[in-house]
Amino acid sequence: MIHFILLFSRQGKLRLQKWYTTLPDKEKKKIIREIIQIILSRNQKTSSFVDWKDLKLVYKRYASLYFCCAIEDQDNELLTLEVVHRYVELLDRYFGNVCELDIIFNFEKAYFILDEFIIGGEVQETSKKTAVKAIEDSDMLQETVEEYMNKPAF
Amino acid sequence: MPAPIRLRELIRTIRTARTQAEEREMIQKECAAIRSSFREEDNTYRCRNVAKLLYMHMLGYPAHFGQLECLKLIASQKFTDKRIGYLGAMLLLDERQDVHLLMTNCIKNDLNHSTQYVQGLALCTLGCMGSSEMCRDLAGEVEKLLKTSNSYLRKKAALCAVHVIRKVPELMEMFLPATKNLLNEKNHGVLHTSVVLLTEMCERSPDMLAHFRKLVPQLVRILKNLIMSGYSPEHDVSGISDPFLQVRILRLLRILGRNDDDSSEAMNDILAQVATNTETSKNVGNAILYETVLTIMDIKSESGLRVLAINILGRFLLNNDKNIRYVALTSLLKTVQTDHNAVQRHRSTIVDCLKDLDVSIKRRAMELSFALVNGNNVRGMMKELLYFLDSCEPEFKADCASGIFLAAEKYAPSKRWHIDTIMRVLTTAGSYVRDDAVPNLIQLITNSVEMHAYTVQRLYKAILGDYSQQPLVQVASWCIGEYGDLLVSGQCEEEEPIQVTEDEVLDILESVLISNMSASVTRGYALTAIMKLSTRFTCTVNRIKKVVSIYGSSIDVELQQRAVEYNALFKKYDHMRPALLERMPVMEKVTTNGPAEIVQTNGETETAVLETKPPPSGLQPANQANDLLDLLGGSDITPVIPTAPTSKPATAGGELLDLLGDLNLTGSPVSAPAPQIAQPPFLLDGLTTQPLFNDIAAGIPSITAYNKNGLKIDFTFERSNTNPSVTVITIQASNSTELEMTDFVFQAAVPKTFQLQLLSPSSSVIPAFNSGTITQVIKVLNPQKQQLRMRIKLTYNHKGSAMQDLAEVNNFPPQSWQ
Repeated sequence: MIHFILLFSRQGKLRLQKWYTTLPDKEKKKIIREIIQIILSRNQKTSSFVDWKDLKLVYKRYASLYFCCAIEDQDNELLTLEVVHRYVELLDRYFGNVCELDIIFNFEKAYFILDEFIIGGEVQETSKKTAVKAIEDSDMLQETVEEYMNKPAF
Repeated sequence: MPAPIRLRELIRTIRTARTQAEEREMIQKECAAIRSSFREEDNTYRCRNVAKLLYMHMLGYPAHFGQLECLKLIASQKFTDKRIGYLGAMLLLDERQDVHLLMTNCIKNDLNHSTQYVQGLALCTLGCMGSSEMCRDLAGEVEKLLKTSNSYLRKKAALCAVHVIRKVPELMEMFLPATKNLLNEKNHGVLHTSVVLLTEMCERSPDMLAHFRKLVPQLVRILKNLIMSGYSPEHDVSGISDPFLQVRILRLLRILGRNDDDSSEAMNDILAQVATNTETSKNVGNAILYETVLTIMDIKSESGLRVLAINILGRFLLNNDKNIRYVALTSLLKTVQTDHNAVQRHRSTIVDCLKDLDVSIKRRAMELSFALVNGNNVRGMMKELLYFLDSCEPEFKADCASGIFLAAEKYAPSKRWHIDTIMRVLTTAGSYVRDDAVPNLIQLITNSVEMHAYTVQRLYKAILGDYSQQPLVQVASWCIGEYGDLLVSGQCEEEEPIQVTEDEVLDILESVLISNMSASVTRGYALTAIMKLSTRFTCTVNRIKKVVSIYGSSIDVELQQRAVEYNALFKKYDHMRPALLERMPVMEKVTTNGPAEIVQTNGETETAVLETKPPPSGLQPANQANDLLDLLGGSDITPVIPTAPTSKPATAGGELLDLLGDLNLTGSPVSAPAPQIAQPPFLLDGLTTQPLFNDIAAGIPSITAYNKNGLKIDFTFERSNTNPSVTVITIQASNSTELEMTDFVFQAAVPKTFQLQLLSPSSSVIPAFNSGTITQVIKVLNPQKQQLRMRIKLTYNHKGSAMQDLAEVNNFPPQSWQ
């Protein structure tokens, strides 16, 4: 299973954190700092995998954002790269040419999309169409003071 | 009160902050506004406020005061509220929070909601972070949803069930009926999550595993359909249909086929098909191949299939993509034990990976290389590994050095090669060699009797230029001390003997002693070596005597003690000196740590055996030395020189001596184990129960210092007549209860006029029923001969609870301090 997913910028700012295990807040902060440092210090010529404690970190950079997943020993690293890629594709479909700013200003949507793709550290839906449709349908359900469908409700 | 600002507005504002302080100010202002808004119990804007709070939480600011608000949002009827509420719960309300359980009822209601998206939110939240209690309460609801025909909910329920099982494994049984026709689904989402659920159940329970084996044909069919079916736009990834599902099925097949011939056979064909037909141009195809290879290697596949798998890995190794190479090395490492010969064929590619720029690849290549060394390829492999040792990052050097030593010991084609290899490691990575390597190497050198002259010559030459690498210098000093006579007599057969005079040898040893780069331990080696040469050299004995006497007043306590003892050897025990400093006998072959125990032929038919020739009889120690060896126990490799009585008079203010060599300030509790003076295996180790003085003041009665709750601690005393300020107390802790005491820690504090040193205890477990004890040595310096008093603190675990006690020891016998 995936233990956690982190999205951070090239300057080391956290854009999203999803934890599928329970840890104290302090511990989480420490881990985040550590991992951001490890990954930002790796150069282009290295692989996308890092051994870290008893987990494997799989990371990939898309434009200015790093996507990092921590997986267990028996998980398939190459497939995890595909999982990360699929998430980016979902974001792209939803936002239309997604960029870091979209994720900054609509972070709650990024979480919603992630939650339609992964639950409890495991992939729940392998069809792009189905996942995005579920989010769009959910958006429709949102009651808004201003009746905008695509604009955020708050 | 004006409406709270919008989320995006806040984000925009915070991003304009130019400094951390400015940001903090903005955040604090907004938090205050949010807090007052919460207090007003405002329903309309609660959602907005919590969303803002979550943003600030992501920036690293505290957001706990929003926890209850999340609960209120979850309980709201509005979907927008619920969405944000559940998000907040997942971010702020993990199971460590007190209010976590308050969610249970809401989630239960929402699991039965009429809108599937609300049900989905509840399932997602439960499945990501539900506590064990919550899982127990709601498992029934999850099980119900697992049987629904709504695929949107069914897939989420399946993963929720996985989480429940992870948290509360006992509940696994209740999901069994629902799994009956999970695989009959057409919906890929449900299929995928079902396979995950089945995998989790099979991994946790052998009964489940046996039960689900019957699903193998069905799984094979599903996989086959995926591969054979035409293009399906919904699930396609670069021409491959639903790779996520394919990989999960392969993983489940692996678990089902393990150790089971029938299942393995049933999946043979499909594995071969996947292995040969999968497109390898993109990462996704390779991901599937990778999983296939892992499955083939783990089940009882036929040999043709295994060869196919290893060949795939071999191709991976040649791939330009680093990730693929990394994955290949990892898999090869897993299979090298079972399919050794097949992996050997790829040895040269693996060795090439040692030169890769990626650290993880290098590490795996190194581990794999060591696994592949055998008697046939040892020379070539060692060359590559030594080159690697030269050029690799420091984080590898220790492991590489240890690996080379191990491999060299197992497969050395000749003694000379072995010594040369060791020399090479010591000179290139000398400072990274592990501490335990030094005594092992010394033993090895001692046992290679015919190589002594060659070895000492090479070691001498090595430290002549540079004596900064401590392990190298230690080994060299030891050898020079032992075989210095061979060095100066130029007896080397293996290579051109060098001309060295006794003075030159002593020069280098003295340089080591003086050098700032030498560690205390190294200096000890050098001094002992110089001493030993007093019986091996003929012209320079006076020089040696001078050196030894100089160090009798060294600040370094260890050196001082040695020098003083050696001095005593010269003065009072000169007749014993030759016997005491005799050549070391060949030591019994002590097995090195760990892997040497495992019999590994590494793909050869005959194992290379290191021959140890019987030591020439002339080197057998004289009877006296033999007696010494017996007296002091056989487990030590080296014969121990007994300490001569300390003839150094106690100078005024014995504190200058710092006899206890420790930085502890009196009066403060000393935690055991105190930092011990590093003692190489030559002199008496403080852990033994040997008397530390030869002239023990006899007859000091022992006392029971503590006796409570079944824990009894006895003190026994030793004092020297010639140095009465020091009292050595040996504590013995015993346990008369019926359960053992673990993690036992003994701490002691003494009044200001005393100094205390605690040495390492013999262990931290006191067995029950008085069947064993923990011993520990305390040295007390009492120069003012004050009455000895001590406060002790005991901590240990007993019967599952942590125990702690403080006590004063006041019943010290007068003979122990007067």
